[in-house]
Amino acid sequence: MENSDAPAVMRLSPRDNIAVALRPLKAGEAVVLDGVTLTVERNTAVGHKLAAQPIAAGELILKYSCPIGTATQAIAPGAYVHTHNVESNYLPTYTLPG
Amino acid sequence: MLAGYPRADGRKGIRNVAVVVYLVECAHHVARGIAAGFDDDAVHLIGFPGCYPNAYALDMLEKLCTHPNVGAALLVSLGCEGFDRRRLARVIEASSRPVRTIAIQETGGTTKTIAAGREWIAQALSLLAAQAPVPMRIDELTVGTICGGSDATSGLTANPAMGIAFDLLVGEGATTIFEETGELIGMEHLMAARAANAALGEELKRTVAKAAEYYATLGYASFAPGNADGGLTTIEEKLLGAYAKSGQSTIDGIVKPGIAPPKPGLYLLDVVPDGEVRFGFPNINDNAEIAELIACGSQVILFSTGRGSVVGSAIAPVIKVCANPETYKRMEADMDVDAGRILEGRATLPAVGREIYELVQRVGNGERTKSEALGHREFILTYKSFDPLGPACLPT
Repeated sequence: MENSDAPAVMRLSPRDNIAVALRPLKAGEAVVLDGVTLTVERNTAVGHKLAAQPIAAGELILKYSCPIGTATQAIAPGAYVHTHNVESNYLPTYTLPG
Repeated sequence: MLAGYPRADGRKGIRNVAVVVYLVECAHHVARGIAAGFDDDAVHLIGFPGCYPNAYALDMLEKLCTHPNVGAALLVSLGCEGFDRRRLARVIEASSRPVRTIAIQETGGTTKTIAAGREWIAQALSLLAAQAPVPMRIDELTVGTICGGSDATSGLTANPAMGIAFDLLVGEGATTIFEETGELIGMEHLMAARAANAALGEELKRTVAKAAEYYATLGYASFAPGNADGGLTTIEEKLLGAYAKSGQSTIDGIVKPGIAPPKPGLYLLDVVPDGEVRFGFPNINDNAEIAELIACGSQVILFSTGRGSVVGSAIAPVIKVCANPETYKRMEADMDVDAGRILEGRATLPAVGREIYELVQRVGNGERTKSEALGHREFILTYKSFDPLGPACLPT
């Protein structure tokens, strides 16, 4: 019973440079965030992040207005933001090999 | 209005269970055999696997066996382990609960001990069945909160909704406990600003610094591969979501495992051991933390999950708040609250917060949670070491 008019992505705080998916997003899909259209880079699950604006390598990723890590490479608007392009400023993130 | 079983210490339990307690892994099978023959709503299995003595484990089992939800305890000893079974039995006896210790070596082995244990439990259950619950107020309730199997939706829906429920509970005079200082690294200044006084604020910062050092020594943050699969990129992203569970209330104090908050309000449970890193990870899984929240007097646990944890617990009912709407659709039979509706625009955070608050009261009036009905009675207790609580931790 999803509302098809509901927004697809949301910026949690005005300072944030990422947005979160409110429903599963498909690669190539156009979504509107604060009046700006973003092209979704890859299939994105609910709650996962995409860049809301261009992010430079070394820039802090802001979510809830708070830093959640540092970009390890330049990230284009609409690109998926996760462990491949962001690292923790505290302890490394452990993922299963392969 | 809730319904509680009155205890000699003035507290009330929202359940009335008998616990069968193994005092070393060597007694686990026999203890399980004793409990297995009974309705698992009524008889719960807990215990400690180690053979070497540990003050923390002894204290935890003392607090758990005299928990308000527990009405009777059967201690199952192999007979030669290091656990101080006589002290544990004395503490339970002093709480006016029926208690019995059976040692497998003295009783004559597995079969005879299971038979003797079952006979005692049957008698204890008839005593418990004769007790009637009495009316209980919300301000007689202690509620613990934890998140497990977190994903990127946990911090968007379930955790902030549980924070709203916590604020409502605190407003009604309940006692609430949040935990996992390893997931509060970076939050210490925000927490200190919420402390009841400046000295407590400094203690909150010290507590988080201890956790940061502990995890750095071990080389892993409190972060599982499934967290990343669920869209959480870093420990700091996870903990921002986790912190939302605590709501907005003033933080009234810090407790350690086994210490019950002395008055209503909001408390941080410091789960990270003191001193140099010994015995390994502070809590090896979510149930180790749940056991500690219960040992601090929590009669019910709020558990937020995005990936979809199924666990419950011995002794206290666990209310599962599901953060992710897709997980809810897959695992509805395990979930008590569908907080993912917030992402879909079908409910607001305050509405789900109130729903959780109301469910806490129904569970406090005897309604079974999903994990209870499914027979989840997980329990784990491992080695730890704590110093006494500092004087600034519990402002008067």
